[in-house]
Amino acid sequence: MILEIDNLVKHYGQVRAVDGLSLSIGQGEVLGLVGESGSGKSTVGKCVLRLTEPTSGGIRLDGRDITHLSRRAMRPLRRDVHMVFQDPYSSLNPRFTIEQIVGEPLLHHGIASRREAGGRVAAMLEQVGLRPEMRSRFPHELSGGQRQRVGLARALILEPKLVVADEPVSALDVSVQASVLNLITDLQREMGFSCLFITHDLSVVEFLADRVAVMYLGKIVESGPTAQIFAEPRHPYTQALLSAAPVADPVRQRERRRIVLGGDVPSPVDPPAGCRFHTRCPLAYDACRTSEPALTDPRTSGHPVACHLVTADHVPDAAVNR
Amino acid sequence: MSLLEITDLTVDFDTEDGLVQAVRGISLELGEGEILALCGESGCGKSVTAMSVPRLLPPDTTRLSGSVKLDGRELTTLPESRMRQIRGKDVSVVFQEPMTSLNPSFTVGYQITEVLRRHEGLSRRAARDRAVELLELVGIPLPARRIKEYPHQLSGGMRQRVMIAIAVACSPRVLIADEPTTALDVTIQAGVLDVFRDLRDRLGTAVILITHDLGVVADIADRAVVMYAGRAVEQAPVTELFARPRHPYTLGLMNALPSAAVNGRLAEIPGMVPSPLTDPDECAFQARCTRAQDDCRRKRPQLEPQQPDDHLAACFHPGGQS
Amino acid sequence: MADALAVPVTTGRADRRRRLWRRFRRRPMPMAGLVLVAGFLLLALLGPLLTGDPSAQDYTATLAPPSGAHPLGTDDLGRDALARIAHGAQVSLQAGVLSTLLAMVIGIPIGLVAGFYRRWLDPVVMRLVDVTLAFPFLVFAVGLAAIIGPSLKGVVLALGFSQLPAVIRITRGEVLAIREMDYVAAAIADGATDRHILLRYVLPNCSSPLIVQATVAIPAAIIGESTLSFLGLGVQPPTPSWGVMLTTAQQYLDVAPWLAIWPGLMIALATLGFNLLGDGLRDVLDPRSGR
Ligand SMILES: Nc1ncnc2c1ncn2[C@@H]1O[C@H](COP(=O)(O)OP(=O)(O)OP(=O)(O)O)[C@@H](O)[C@H]1O
Ligand SMILES: Nc1ncnc2c1ncn2[C@@H]1O[C@H](COP(=O)(O)OP(=O)(O)OP(=O)(O)O)[C@@H](O)[C@H]1O
Ligand code: SF4
Ligand code: SF4
Ligand SMILES: [Mg+2]
Ligand SMILES: [Mg+2]
Repeated sequence: MILEIDNLVKHYGQVRAVDGLSLSIGQGEVLGLVGESGSGKSTVGKCVLRLTEPTSGGIRLDGRDITHLSRRAMRPLRRDVHMVFQDPYSSLNPRFTIEQIVGEPLLHHGIASRREAGGRVAAMLEQVGLRPEMRSRFPHELSGGQRQRVGLARALILEPKLVVADEPVSALDVSVQASVLNLITDLQREMGFSCLFITHDLSVVEFLADRVAVMYLGKIVESGPTAQIFAEPRHPYTQALLSAAPVADPVRQRERRRIVLGGDVPSPVDPPAGCRFHTRCPLAYDACRTSEPALTDPRTSGHPVACHLVTADHVPDAAVNR
Repeated sequence: MSLLEITDLTVDFDTEDGLVQAVRGISLELGEGEILALCGESGCGKSVTAMSVPRLLPPDTTRLSGSVKLDGRELTTLPESRMRQIRGKDVSVVFQEPMTSLNPSFTVGYQITEVLRRHEGLSRRAARDRAVELLELVGIPLPARRIKEYPHQLSGGMRQRVMIAIAVACSPRVLIADEPTTALDVTIQAGVLDVFRDLRDRLGTAVILITHDLGVVADIADRAVVMYAGRAVEQAPVTELFARPRHPYTLGLMNALPSAAVNGRLAEIPGMVPSPLTDPDECAFQARCTRAQDDCRRKRPQLEPQQPDDHLAACFHPGGQS
Repeated sequence: MADALAVPVTTGRADRRRRLWRRFRRRPMPMAGLVLVAGFLLLALLGPLLTGDPSAQDYTATLAPPSGAHPLGTDDLGRDALARIAHGAQVSLQAGVLSTLLAMVIGIPIGLVAGFYRRWLDPVVMRLVDVTLAFPFLVFAVGLAAIIGPSLKGVVLALGFSQLPAVIRITRGEVLAIREMDYVAAAIADGATDRHILLRYVLPNCSSPLIVQATVAIPAAIIGESTLSFLGLGVQPPTPSWGVMLTTAQQYLDVAPWLAIWPGLMIALATLGFNLLGDGLRDVLDPRSGR
């Protein structure tokens, strides 16, 4: 396993952003992390990069426990993990040229001097499809898609074992998104890095991920192989999510019935007792309000779900009981 | 007579590099209760087209010509004082960047009630109650508490929903929503689209919806306009557009969707958008178009009716006749 | 691949400096500012060599209007205004520039570190800043004069110290915003050291308001020097400074208005010069401001 997260907790003051989350990513695997906005996806990414200090739990990167490493002790390990940020505008230092931005990791890990870095950077830029003359440009002179390529080049130049991509394509339009996604697939195949891919676009996950984990209010409620999750979502929230993702076909889209989640969107300051989804779950019953379902897999291996109604011979259907 | 009529609108910006031709002659009609989607590559002029209705472009550098009529009344020549009454009341806007359009030094409650008090003449208390209602309507948990918070205390998705609450506060006749759901997950996105539908059904509000999510277009829009390099290149009722896209650019967009992946690859649209500084007499898409022929490089195609005749496309060699 | 590797290597520092200068040179207003400031520096350096003794008194001509012998006139003691302006430039510019420089050199690192690390350091620094603000500036200046004697050094120290809270505050405020930017997170992920992040990411991105602060502070300090000197805490009487000249000239405004005009004009021009130069620097250092 490249990444193993065990019972991770991250609280910002009273906000329980991540509240007991476990997941793992194998060599060369792409894990798609989806979930409600504010459910703690980015926070997980930040903990993995140790851009923030986890409250408790464990994070192992390629077998090494990095949960509480100091900034200094963490530094050499940063060769193995990097990140692509959601916002291609604010994630590039406006005062650096593209060449400086992409060359930074080489410099800090003593892999190349400023002088030698040039060649590596040029090669990397070519790999992400940026023309050589872009090297001396500044970020504000590039389009959104080009900037995101710069972010990708920076994350990949050290050939890390793990890349955390936090919504790297949601700010891009469809055609640019397509080229960035193709690029990520190609590079992933070529370089074989593992990837934690955070997004709220389910079609992107379906395209790219080997496995999917669904988050709700700081916890994982379901995870499994992509094809299985899309074909047979088991958790009522996953079912609602999939039913709400619009398909780009007006005839089909308008015939679809979405599972409407009623109730209040709960706050991470004071998450509901029992199953965290019970305030909105169309299938909730008494037990859900008091006892918290464990993330287990009573049916097949490798597709755990946290819902009382999922048993060896039953999968709930949130669309029915409306 | 349509509610909103844009005729032959051109918008240039005076910049250090010269005149940026952002919009190069676009005509649109919007009926009462109609939801019109504007799509197209980043930088093709969607926002600029939409923002010329409430005249929210920088006055010093904008050169605008053409006509914008609301209920038959010309807006482009209206004095600024009259325009201010129209903004936020008859025409309201959800901006693309919620971070920059909310005032960081006032609570979100103040920002909503301020609009209600100014345009609707509500008392302080009534405005507050209405504000809580509006926040609830857009799916913000604990609205009575959030109302006292400042924008920086909210997550990105929440800020966007606050913007939407402000925009719909006065039941506008025309709502301009610029990428309103980009930062939201699909269940909340679906909820926001329901808010738009509800406004349309109850009050006949017309919506101009700018989005690059073709799923959203398929879900909610009645008609769609595809823009490229400052012009409309295709326009049709949504079902018709998705069933028979004619313009090669529209076709390219649809093929680039992750759901349209073939063998794990997405179809990109190669090449780049042409410079906004020049406008040669040719099809603006010709350098990237697979169907391009000599005539495309000699003359600019005009937006013309296809079969059926409410489907318009600007292309000499339209496809999708099947 | 091989092609890409063959392209000439990296834009060096000298290159970068040349590009900055090119960007600067194209702008007329900043160039005017540079010329003005350079002019004042020349005046301070060479002026005293070319003009006579600023303390020499000509009893035949007190409060004399400009004439051949005294191109700018004389003051109440019959001293040549031109010589005093030239010699005064040294004192005034030193008071203005050195005190601001002092405040920046001490204040910026404190603001950077306090804003970046927060934790325990930040509240301590901010409390100190508040205390400093509450502490009357003149009391400090008097105390300082008592210790090291009234002198230009004391003036620079006192003025620099008085600017310190503003510099710390501005720096810290900017740092607080910048440390939350994704590009700083990215730099941490790159494996950058804190020192590198502070110097190459945070500092450059908070330079604009600091440059503005400096362009405001320098003229203010030039005036501040006159207050201190007027109270006997600064440079001692025969030594001229623009501020002192302006203050004394006020008594003779009716009979010898030129005495006020020259130092006033100098201060105004210096203000203008530093302002234009500051604006230019700010633009040139920010790649987003166009060519
Ligand atoms: N620096 C912070 N200080 C306080 N609260 C924070 C901070 N960062 C995040 N939060 C809170 O933690 C929760 C989880 O945030 P996070 O950004 O991880 O969500 P997310 O799943 O990435 O959402 P989105 O899809 O909107 O990006 C939210 O309630 C958010 O308000
Ligand atoms: N104030 C301005 N000054 C100069 N140029 C501008 C200004 N506003 C927009 N432009 C330019 O006008 C063109 C159209 O911009 P617009 O914002 O309408 O694009 P868009 O279609 O909304 O793109 P996106 O999907 O990225 O929001 C772009 O080339 C843009 O750079
Ligand atoms: S445990 Fe109960 S509330 Fe939770 S998802 Fe299952 S049915 Fe719904
Ligand atoms: S006019 Fe020609 S170049 Fe333009 S889109 Fe049609 S076929 Fe392509
Ligand atoms: Mg996030
Ligand atoms: Mg836009």
